[in-house]
Amino acid sequence: MRSAAKLDKIVDDFRAGNTAATGRLLSIMENGGPEAERVIEKILPDIKGIYRIGFTGPPGAGKSTLISRLASYYRKQDEKLGIIVVDPSSPFSGGALLGDRVRMQNLSSDPGIFVRSLANRGTLGGISNCTDEAVDIFDASGKDVVFIETVGVGQSELAVAEKTHTVVVILVPESGDGIQAMKAGLMEIGDIFVMNKSDHQDAGMAAREIEASLKMKRVEEGDWEPRVILTSGLKDEGVDRLKESLDQHRKYLEDSGLMKRKRREILYSRVRSALIDRLDRRIRSSRRITELVEARMEDVYHSRISPYTLVHEIDSMIKIE
Amino acid sequence: MGKMIRVLVAKPGLDGHDRGAKVVANALKDAGMEVIYTGLHQTPELIAEAAVQEDVDVVGLSILSGAHMTLFPRIMELLKEKGGGDIMVFGGGIIPAEDVEELEKFGVARVFGPGTDTNDIVSFLKEKLHG
Repeated sequence: MRSAAKLDKIVDDFRAGNTAATGRLLSIMENGGPEAERVIEKILPDIKGIYRIGFTGPPGAGKSTLISRLASYYRKQDEKLGIIVVDPSSPFSGGALLGDRVRMQNLSSDPGIFVRSLANRGTLGGISNCTDEAVDIFDASGKDVVFIETVGVGQSELAVAEKTHTVVVILVPESGDGIQAMKAGLMEIGDIFVMNKSDHQDAGMAAREIEASLKMKRVEEGDWEPRVILTSGLKDEGVDRLKESLDQHRKYLEDSGLMKRKRREILYSRVRSALIDRLDRRIRSSRRITELVEARMEDVYHSRISPYTLVHEIDSMIKIE
Repeated sequence: MGKMIRVLVAKPGLDGHDRGAKVVANALKDAGMEVIYTGLHQTPELIAEAAVQEDVDVVGLSILSGAHMTLFPRIMELLKEKGGGDIMVFGGGIIPAEDVEELEKFGVARVFGPGTDTNDIVSFLKEKLHG
């Protein structure tokens, strides 16, 4: 671990707008633990509650290309952007190939944009488990909006919905028919659906099928109605309409009070998961509990006691109230 | 487990031969490293900026265009300017022996030529970065 003075220096450089220091703080967030907590304490006064947009969809749908196009529309309005792109870690080697920057080459030369690739390091759900902390770094660095691009997802990797204010689900004509669109999961978390690769001959039909299935859902008066937008990230078509819809959704969130509620929910779930992590660490580092588990597992193995009996015994050792 | 090694693999300049860079990127991934691959035709500025944003430990450059004597020093200079002076730089590609010597004198950690066993690159990086 770094000395306190060294950490202070990194935070000072970060406050002065140094890119390398920002990159270093993001690594500290990724590695977690007490050092990450100390950084959050230090930057807490600078955290304002940045607007978070999640982008998710199957692999190869064109998420990175579309995001890099969309970024320029935010930059035209002088909004500063943090972009988090997540790719999977190998369950075998632990390594990862993070290739989203290939589609975002035009962004690195803009000082108003900071792109960071994260490996999911085994976290399920499509995002990295340091997403909140990385967002805090962007927030404190004065960014106005953060994009979070998930790994290429299937139907049930939905964690991005819990970590963002607006969710854009990016699909392509090959993503499936109307029945796929009616299924639970991915199709339920989108505020905006994008049918990308609009030059594909089946794109219009696919977009109408999604629209039809969205219409089957009940929407209360005044609630946001999810919509479908045809885009081509490659040709920069329809991206202006996507930006308009995103602006409308942001305004809806502010006007309805939903933004405030979502911010609170994100922070509440963060306290919960940090608490669970902390308890887990404490349990695993407790000598008394380890000894009890070692002694009693034989009984579990031989069905003399159930797993739950052992859990009750452990639970009674942790006196919370 | 030691600290995760993060590597940026980049192709600066104009040549479009990225097979070597991809083979190396894949081998480093399989060796448990996080590899950021940035694609073809990168300018030195883009590479240095990406390296500090990603906070990598090492940058690997693949150059087959003959412009290595300009590109390596320029990228290392930019890394220093941007606060990434501690980032190790290694390379590969078609680079004559006398230039290799010159580049290593300049601070390039190692140049791996054609036919290199990727295991040698992996163990070189692990040894340099984990001691």
